[in-house]
This record gives sequence, C-alpha cells and structure tokens, in this order.
Amino acid sequence: MNPFTLTRAASAEAAVRDFSSHDSPAYIGGGTNILDLMKENVAHPTHLIGLNKLPLNAIETTADGGLRLGATATNADTAWHPEVKQRYPLLNQAILAGASPQLRNMATNAGNLMQRTRCYYFYDTATPCNKREPGSGCAAIGGYNRIHAILGASEHCIATHPSDMCVALAALEAVVHVQGKDGARQIKFEDFHRLPDDQPERDNTLQPGELIVALELPKQGFAKHFSYLKLRDRQSYAFALVSVAVGLELEGATIKDARLALGGVAHKPWRDKKAEQLLIGQPATEATFKQVAEAVLKDAKGQGTNDFKIELARRAIVRALKQAAAGEQQASDVFTNSNP
Amino acid sequence: MSTDSNTKYVGKAPNRVDGPLKVTGTAKYAAEFDVPDLAYGYVVSSPVAKGRIRKIHADKVLGLPGVLHVFSHENVPGLAWFDRSYKDDVAPGGSPFRPLHDDEIKFNMQPVALVVADTFELARYAASILEVEYEVEKHETDIESKRDEGYEPGRGKTGYMPPQRREDADKGLEQSAHRIRHEYIHGAQHHNPMEMFGATVHYHPDGKLTIYDKTQGVYNCQQYITKIFGLSKDEARVVNLFMGGGFGSGLRPQYELFLSVLAALELKRSVRVTLTRQQMFSFGHRPHTLQTLELGTGPDGALLGLKHYALHETSRFEDYTENVVNWSGMLYKCPNVRLSYGISPLDVYTPLDMRAPGAATGSFALEVAMDEMAYEAGLDPLEFRRRNYAEEDQNKKAPFSSKKLREAYDEGARRFGWDKRPMAPRATREGNLLVGWGVAGGVWDASMQKAAAKATITADGRLTVASAAGENGTGTYTIMAQIAAETLGLPLEAVTVRLGDTTLPEAPLQGGSWTAASVGTAVKNTCEALGEKLLKLAQKMDDSPLKDAKPEDVEFVNGLIRLRKEPQQSVVLRDVLQVSGEREIEVDSSAMPNPVNMQKYSMHSHNVVFAEVKVDEELGTVHVTRVVNVVAAGRILNQKTARSQVLGSVVWGISMALMEETVMDHRYGRYMNHNYAEYHVPTNADVRGIEVYFVEEEDPHVNPLGVKGIGEVGLLGVAAAITNAVYHATGKRVRSLPIYLDKLL
Repeated sequence: MNPFTLTRAASAEAAVRDFSSHDSPAYIGGGTNILDLMKENVAHPTHLIGLNKLPLNAIETTADGGLRLGATATNADTAWHPEVKQRYPLLNQAILAGASPQLRNMATNAGNLMQRTRCYYFYDTATPCNKREPGSGCAAIGGYNRIHAILGASEHCIATHPSDMCVALAALEAVVHVQGKDGARQIKFEDFHRLPDDQPERDNTLQPGELIVALELPKQGFAKHFSYLKLRDRQSYAFALVSVAVGLELEGATIKDARLALGGVAHKPWRDKKAEQLLIGQPATEATFKQVAEAVLKDAKGQGTNDFKIELARRAIVRALKQAAAGEQQASDVFTNSNP
Repeated sequence: MSTDSNTKYVGKAPNRVDGPLKVTGTAKYAAEFDVPDLAYGYVVSSPVAKGRIRKIHADKVLGLPGVLHVFSHENVPGLAWFDRSYKDDVAPGGSPFRPLHDDEIKFNMQPVALVVADTFELARYAASILEVEYEVEKHETDIESKRDEGYEPGRGKTGYMPPQRREDADKGLEQSAHRIRHEYIHGAQHHNPMEMFGATVHYHPDGKLTIYDKTQGVYNCQQYITKIFGLSKDEARVVNLFMGGGFGSGLRPQYELFLSVLAALELKRSVRVTLTRQQMFSFGHRPHTLQTLELGTGPDGALLGLKHYALHETSRFEDYTENVVNWSGMLYKCPNVRLSYGISPLDVYTPLDMRAPGAATGSFALEVAMDEMAYEAGLDPLEFRRRNYAEEDQNKKAPFSSKKLREAYDEGARRFGWDKRPMAPRATREGNLLVGWGVAGGVWDASMQKAAAKATITADGRLTVASAAGENGTGTYTIMAQIAAETLGLPLEAVTVRLGDTTLPEAPLQGGSWTAASVGTAVKNTCEALGEKLLKLAQKMDDSPLKDAKPEDVEFVNGLIRLRKEPQQSVVLRDVLQVSGEREIEVDSSAMPNPVNMQKYSMHSHNVVFAEVKVDEELGTVHVTRVVNVVAAGRILNQKTARSQVLGSVVWGISMALMEETVMDHRYGRYMNHNYAEYHVPTNADVRGIEVYFVEEEDPHVNPLGVKGIGEVGLLGVAAAITNAVYHATGKRVRSLPIYLDKLL
C-alpha cells in the first residue's frame, strides 16, 4: 500500500477544497471498495478524505413528495428506512440483493455509485487493463468474461458496473446532487455513469473533486408493481450476471407507465427508455414482454464466455415484467433473502 | 445405582474441548504468535507462467527506511543440493519446487522474491514497487489441448495405486444389452481454507528456531527444514496448535515456511511471512480432470462391463497422482473392468491432495454414469445400485472388514422418502420450479498409520495426553480427550490434550481420514499402558481388593479401578496416586496397523447421498433444498464432531456441484478468479436442510477402536447426487462441473 495521509472533512465544501489541494487525493466513505483497491495495488491515492463525519447521512422527504437519501447514509440504513421500504420497495430489494449484510452496514450510498468494476483483469495488475492503465489494452476481450458486458461495450473495455442499488436508482429516475469547487449541481441518474468508449478509465461524469452529497428520488415509487430480479452464481455475496429492475403503473391490464433497467450487462446501469415506451399503452401480457425483451437485446453482443447472458437477460426481463405486473416480489428464488 | 457410564465418552456427543478457546479468540494460529522484535516478509509473485528472471532491481526498495532485505535467487545462500532434501513425506515423484532457487519461472504466481521489513505494511508496499525484469517464454496450461499426451505415472507418491483391470471389459460391453459412454469434466479447484498460510519463526538468542507454521504435519515440516538448512531437530521446533482449515493444502510444506526460515536464519531475527488470499491460488489444487466412463449391463441391469479412464494435469517438475479410477472397480460388482489413468505435464504448480483426493473426482463421474446407466436400463437408480451391490472388494479379491452400505441405502431412502420418487424426469413442478431427486454415493479408504503418544498422570488425578498430530478444526483434541478419559475412567475435564508440536511423540500427517484410527489407537494403547502401571501401584496398597487381578480383570470407570466381575471391589484412582507417593507417572506408547488384517480384509468406509433440487428452468438457477447423507464408517467416536464433518462435506459437495472452479486464462496461464469474491463457495443463503445419519458398523478388524475416519467419505457422491437430481428435475444431463445456470438455459 502507498503511504497516504488522511483527513476528515467537516463539511462538503471543506472536503472539496481539501481534494483540490492534494496531488493524488481520493474520497473515502465506507471504504468497502477503495481499501481493497489500495491493498491490491490498483489504486494509489496519497491522500484520503474521510467523509463519514459529514452531516450527510439523513434520509428525509422532500417538499415535492420525493425522498432525499444522504450521501453517507449506509446502504443498510437506506434499505431498511420505513419510507424506502414502503414507498420505494424496488430500491429496498435492489440494495438487499447486493453484497452481504456486513458490507451493507459499512457501504454508503454515494460509495455505491462510485464503486469500481469487478472485472478480474482490472484487479490483477499482472494483466493489461485500459480502465486501470489507459492504453495497456483490454485483457477481458478474448479472455474469461463471464461477468462482462453485452451492451454498450467498446473495443477498449467490456467491464460492467457492479451495483444493484444503482439499477433501481436508474429505474426510479433518481437525481444525483453534487458539490464541486465551483458550486453545486444536479446530474440525472442516466447521465451519471457513462459508457466506456475510448476512455474506460472514467466511470462517470463527475468533474475532478466533485463530491456526491445526496441522491433524490422523485415521488413516483412504483410501490405496487415492481420487481428486482437478480441472477448470479450464488445466493449472496455475488455480483449480478444479469439483474432487472422494473416499475410499472397499471390501469386494469394496460400499462400506463413503465421503467426498465438492467444490471450486470453494461458499463453503467442500463436503462432502456425505448423499451419503456414500447410497454406504455400495451397490455401487460407475456407477448408484450417478449417483444420488449427482444428490443432491449437487439444490439447485444457476447464476448465468448458471456454469450449466454443475452438469452438470460431476455428471459429475465420477461420474468421481471411478469412478476411486477402480477404484483409479486422477486419469486424466482426458492430461498428467500437471508436478511432480517 | 447405575452411574456406570459417567466416564464412557466414546460414541457420545460431548462439546469440543477447545470450543471455549476458539470462540474467545484465545486459540492461537500460526501467524498470531507474539514474538519479540518481529520482522515481516511479503512475497513477490511472478506475473508470468514461464520464463526467466532477467534482473531484480532492489536498490530503490532497499533504500526505504525500515526495509531489511530483499531475498531472491540472486542472493540466497548455498542450501541443500539434492532433490531428496526438498522431498517431503507426500511429495510425488520428480523434482520438488525450490523457492528462490534459480531464475527459472515454472508457473504463474511463483514466488520470486521476499521483501522483509520492520512492518507488514512497509513490506507490502516495498514488494509492490519492486521492479523485476522477466524474459517471457511460451507456456502451455490447458489440459484440453493435451488430451492425447497423457502418460501413466510411476508409483512415486505414497498411497498411489496403479489402476487395475480384470477379465475383458470390451467383451463385457459387447455382450451388454444396455450401454452408455460419456465424458465427465471438472476444472481446477483450490482448497481455500479460511486461514491463509503463514509462519511465525521465533529466532532465539542461541540461534535455535521455534517455527509456528500452518501445516497438517509438524514433523513433515521439521524434516523439510532441517534437511534443506542443515539444522538439527533440536534447532528447529515446529508447532501448529490450531488450523483454520486445511483440506489437504497443508499436507506439503508451503513456501511461507521455507521463506520465513530462510529470512530468520539470514537476518538472525524473528520473521513472519503470511500469504495473501490471491497467493493461496499459487500452489497445490485439485487438478482439472477429464474422465471417460463406459458402462454396460445385461437385460436385468447387472453390470457386465466397465471402463473408466481419467486424465489430469500435473506440473513439469513432479508427477502428481491420485486414485481417481480405482474406486470404480470396487463400489459395484462387475466381472469385466478396465481402469486406466494418465497425467499430462503443464506449466502449472503441482496439484495437491484435496479432501477425498481422486475419489471426489472419480465418484462424481462414476455416480453420474451409474445414473445414466440406470435410466438406460429402465431401472430406479437406487434399485440399480442394489442389484450391483459389491459383497466383496473385487479389486483386492478380499472381503470387507465391514460394510453396511445396504443398510445405509435403506436408512437414507426411508429418511428421504425415495419410494415416492417418480422415475420419469420432469415429473414434479412447483410454479416456475422443476423438482428433482437424485442419489449417489462413494467409498473411501479406512487407513491407519503408525503413531505415537505420551500420557502423564499427576497426583491430583489430572491426565495429559500428547501426540504431534494436528487439529485441522475437525475435533482431534476432543476425540483424543474422550478416548483417554474413557480408557482411564476419568472425567473429561481432568484430561488435557496436547497436539501439533515436534517436541511431542511423532504422529502421521493429518490427512487420509486416518487420524482418529492412528492417533486414537496410540492414545488408547498409551492410556492402557499407564493403566497397567496404576494397577500395579494399586496392588501395593494395604488390603488392596485388586491384589491378584490381572490387567484384563479390571476396568477404569468413574475415577475407580475395579474388578470387572465384582464391581463393588474397587479402589479410588486418586488414592492410588496419593498413597504411591509418585508425583507423576508418564508412559510412552504407540500404535501400528495390523498387517495380517490389512492383508486379509478390504477396509473401507461408504456413504450414500440423496439430494433434492429445485430448478427454475427458464432462468437456469438450481437450489439444493434437501440433502440426506448416510455414512457407514465403523464406530463414531463423537456424534457431534462427526456430524459437523459430514455437514461440512455436504456444503462442499454443493459447492463442487454448483459453484466451485478456478478459471484460468490460458493466454496468461494465470488463474483469474483468485479471490473469495469470485471463487465461489456457498454462503448461508445457498445451504438448506442437510440431514446426516451414521449407520454404525461393528468392525473388530479395522483397528482396535473400530473407527474408519469420516473426514473425507462424506463429500463423496454429493456433487453426483445433485447432478443426478438436476437431470431428474429437468431431463438435462450436465457432465461438466460446476452446473452454472447457463448450462441449463
């Protein structure tokens, strides 16, 4: 591990100032990812700015009926917050599908957005990786890429964003509030993470030093018809091969409003607005869902070991939509979630 | 007034005697011993699979304050010359890997340097910036591309039995009414014990070493170290009191031992070397194995012919072997059998025995093939096994010393409800889920090795028994305490067991499921010898009621020595000690297998596993909802620790069936999922109802305790039973493990 200094910021503004006055700084929240990256010699910050003392862990309703999730609130506190459980059960389910109880107790909301990919090659400095070392090449292409992207990848990077929580946030149209040295701004969730194109080292659209202070959920929570379906190689502590977040508004059997986002398939949570439009106004039937699934995967491209994810994603979309329409929570597992 | 059984501990279910130490964190593991003035070593691993080290640029690293030394082949002093000095007790044939020996890279993640510093963090940082220049050569790591290059190995490794044949397998198959032939595959698997390898070497002022190492055999490590570094046994004491899991990974000395001793001797300072989780993937593993099974039966389902071939990887420098195919000639009755076996060298580290080595692999293929054969012959898979029940060991042409596999079939079928199973696949559906039931089983050696023990009783009636055997977490401390307490009629609390130290009497490696039989018998013999001494002292007491008794006339129960025929004629053991005036009495003894019985009988444990799976066919997900594992392994010493062993085996079997695989990127010759996040083993959420039953066998031949060991047998058949259940659920036959969801899409 590199020698590094650590300060604890008292305010968001102070944190941003501290960031700009150091050479290789990094923010640290729960530390569930960045410490691993430092120990594995992938990240080498020389200055860490601790965020957990910031007064940013509140979860509170907003004036227009939405919900504001503080950046440093833990994933566990967020998932089990009564407002989240009741009004945004899709978010509750997505968070609980991720990581393990121990990790969720440490990890923060902002940190969840900022976590890096779990690509094997990104973590192994013996292999090339454009995300870790721009220009060195992508070892995952032509390699072992079971957990890699089928949508939106580039010739430079086929990594996926590993979050479950972010898939729900994408479907729920969250807004990311950030603080920069030139002031505050808001980023639509769909614009927050980015595709790799020729700059895979950049996971998101934050400017250097910009700090996430809150995530804001709009009023619409799809609490009646939702599903978070996660398919993975074991029942806990495994990243999604494919996950699907669905929110539906139904009027009788007709879909009035729809949200659809996928995890584990792209460099960012993959929300498909065209697919949502295909759903709206249609009957909530398997035939509709199959058409939509086809549309979502139209441009999907396998990389060898992950070819199966195209068909898996297709089936998962149909299943998730069916579950949401039926008002069932994730029921594909015979084992219920092991959490309290 | 029957309190007779108070000190009868064997076969009961006492708690682990070391439980309180473990749950309070006071049980010390190899990397936890506090020694003064400790330096820390961090291993630098090769990023390439084959090639040469051109140059190590250590100047920058050595310039960091607190960095003490960078050990590499460039500066390691002259050590033992011949291969035999590097061979440990279970080394396969060949030339053992010597860490930091020369510039040659033989496998990926090979240790190429050890950076030693005042703190662990500094050593790690220094290692991360150490510049090593490599000359890369072309490597070969894929067994699939070496299918036709397997050769039959020699008898280099202890315990390896060359495969046999009997009569004419081809003819038997030709005469068969039903035949199948398929290939079965699993990838490499790593032991991945929770505790990573580590050694703390205490360098004493007189230059002697106390070496706390993670190992399954302290004597094996002592021998290795003393031969390589030219030390006397007195100069290298090796200690291992507890292990956070071994599963075979600690059978051979791992390189943290060599490196920490090297550094301690050179720096004349205490040194600790711990490996990272990633480095736990840099040595032995269960090899990637390809198997072909061919079976044929008559119209009645009686096996007429069986052929089983296995091929797996080994390293370029050692011929690793395991008994993969042999079991197929033994588990079922079949007149015509051909078993064959090959290994193929690759640029990887030598594989290493991993829980039920060979049998876990072989029983997977055999037991899935048996299921396929049953369907081909139109028979219920359990009924098919009953029809081909082996009454004797046809490999050895000898009767079994005991075998209650049929009773295990009955018990398991009843507990599981097998009679309600529809024969046809895809017959049971629950919503989106298909439900399937499968059965499989296995056979494992009931071995015994030479072992020694020491027993000391003090005037206060406390007994200490000691042997250098290991405690892998399996319950060795507990069962030895039970045996000792029962033999001398003492309360369990009065017995202290000492293990894992080369200052104690020699014991075999903790492996092969032989510790209970070997060390247990040694402890029993030693305590009996101590009992004879105590009887003599008792007979010297005034008016002793035991005056004319011979050792076989008395028993030690509830703190008394008493006449078997007249139990009211007794003396209190503690009185004997006090009256005798002896401060303590010590006895050494040992145990050996009985060669006559070994010749005469086939000694084996058996098991049968019934599994239920639920498969979401559309999504490919498999859940193991119920497992019943019935084990016939002689006498069970401790119902609780034995059950735990088998529970763990079932969890591992679920792992082997559904998750476990070390995946190599052959372009780099490097395992890519080398961490706990991506090398999947089951979590609590993956494990549901497991039931374990023992069908106890009275076996007077196997050893004086009548035990067969249960460390390995419980794993057998689990992966096959799950695979067979998946077929029963879905009609899809998966022949390569693990059964990832995409194999069912």
